[in-house]
Amino acid sequence: MTENPSSAAATRAPRRMTGVGRVLVAVYGILALAAAGRSAYQIVDHFSVAPVAFTLSAFSALVYIVATVALIAPGRLWYRVAWITISIELAGVLVIGTLSTFAPSVIGMDAIDPFGEDSTVWSAYGAGYLFVPLVLPVLGMLWLARHRPVAVSAEPAPSSAATRA
Amino acid sequence: MIEWFTAVQVIVAVLAGLLCLVVGFIGRPPNDLTLGAVALVELLLVAQLVVTIVAPIVGNEPSGSLGEFYIYLISALLLPAAGGFWALIERTRWSTVVLGVVGLAIAVMTYRMGQIWFVQGTP
Repeated sequence: MTENPSSAAATRAPRRMTGVGRVLVAVYGILALAAAGRSAYQIVDHFSVAPVAFTLSAFSALVYIVATVALIAPGRLWYRVAWITISIELAGVLVIGTLSTFAPSVIGMDAIDPFGEDSTVWSAYGAGYLFVPLVLPVLGMLWLARHRPVAVSAEPAPSSAATRA
Repeated sequence: MIEWFTAVQVIVAVLAGLLCLVVGFIGRPPNDLTLGAVALVELLLVAQLVVTIVAPIVGNEPSGSLGEFYIYLISALLLPAAGGFWALIERTRWSTVVLGVVGLAIAVMTYRMGQIWFVQGTP
């Protein structure tokens, strides 16, 4: 049997990041980078200004990094991890978005400024990041619901999938 | 940081991003045009890096935090490299869309860099 490179790729464990899912992963990766960069700067430069907000910032960065990995990695366990982290993101952006908008002092912030020194990716529902943090978890959930993991060994290599790409 | 150069950079990044999104949604895999557009964006970022290393030495100081500025600039420099690498491995239309997302992300990040340099005061 002669096997061309593309069909060899198709016989590997099916990955979740195919088609438009790749774009989702790319946006997640960029957001993870942005959140990690911002929180690293906040913690190194002026952690004492708003410790609660900056700890939250670092936590959100960690959640985005794990979610990015979970979307790429195959298997049922990572699928579950993806659901958990994306749920945390949605809860985070709603809770922190509401608190930072209506009661900023509760989480140690003093101004409703999405670009401010003490803001996080989730402040003001992610307004500082063009509301991407608010929209992304919803898109992620829709996408996860439509792409349930299949048994890794039971998946034959469909020739149509190899040629379609 | 030079104001007109930064403005040009934002405009080029937006145009490159939109171009890649359109070409991607038409269904084309990454080609010389889209990869070239992203390469141009990366080239301008490298030029911006040189400008912003020299600028504080010759008296053009940022009004905001230089550390925060460099976090944005270095992150922005990584994106076209990552997106381009991906585009060379995965020859599908979605890689072109990813290049478009990278272009628009860089436009936003460059705009933020401009804000840090020109607008943001030291707290």
